[in-house]
Amino acid sequence: MDVKLSAYLAVAAVLFTCGIVCMATKRNAIGVLMGVELVLNGANLNFVAFSRYGNLGIDGQVAALFVIVLAAAEAAVALAIALNFYNNHLTIDIDRGDELHG
Amino acid sequence: MEPVLFLIYALAACGGALAVVLSQNVVRMAFWLVISLGSLAGLFFLLGAEFLGAAQLLIYVGGTVVLLIFGVMLTASGPYLTIKSSPGDYLMAATVGILLLGTLAYGVLRVDWQANQDVIAGQSYFDGERDNAGTYRTVEEGATAQSVGSALLGTRFDRDLNTNRTDKGSTGYLLPFEIVSVHLLVVLVGAAYLARAKRRVRQNPVE
Repeated sequence: MDVKLSAYLAVAAVLFTCGIVCMATKRNAIGVLMGVELVLNGANLNFVAFSRYGNLGIDGQVAALFVIVLAAAEAAVALAIALNFYNNHLTIDIDRGDELHG
Repeated sequence: MEPVLFLIYALAACGGALAVVLSQNVVRMAFWLVISLGSLAGLFFLLGAEFLGAAQLLIYVGGTVVLLIFGVMLTASGPYLTIKSSPGDYLMAATVGILLLGTLAYGVLRVDWQANQDVIAGQSYFDGERDNAGTYRTVEEGATAQSVGSALLGTRFDRDLNTNRTDKGSTGYLLPFEIVSVHLLVVLVGAAYLARAKRRVRQNPVE
């Protein structure tokens, strides 16, 4: 019995949804970042699954590789912003960052 | 063997992601994120993308999550280790999450991928003539590091050598590779600039 394509896609859907809910509910900025990582990884799993079962070939894997690199860059910048936020507000609660609130 | 491994890795990935959502402590969230991303690397190995699985383990689990843990260590002070949202937010997020998961799962499971195999696998170059494939093996056989490396350098041996095309070769990924590397350099310099230790200017200098 072989594993079907839809099984991988279902796992990716679960990861994606968990990431969205994580981004929506966490009030800690680092927690929101973890939600973003989960979403990106769900998309990556889709890329690789279609690369294996479809006719994307290497293309899907290269796209996933670029996503990994860009996610690393995004994590570095977001972490720097979170540290600055912490230095200015003395908290990591993103609900406190409402200076631009009209 | 493959279904068993898939079941283990898929359960670990989904369970880790759920635990990231449900746990309140940031440090535990980081731990569950490591579990989830690590088993996702296992899924990549199962899918025959062994270079990508190794990159996932090295960059994500070894780099990005360590970066996040540094962030937790530098910002977690007392009450901010566990901040809770209001119950209304949780209710709303759970509703939206279940609806989204239902939509996605319905869409994924509804399509009969087996029946559409021809459409998905279209003019697959895997099925073409493979006599002159030589050392450049394809995704199906699970040796992709060589092909990914040559694709990043702009040549597509995996695509060109396996068919008897005589026109010009397929395009690779040299330009995106260069752009993404310069982007990574700029981003890291910018992050170091943003997060540098600022010398505090004294508000009331001594006369």
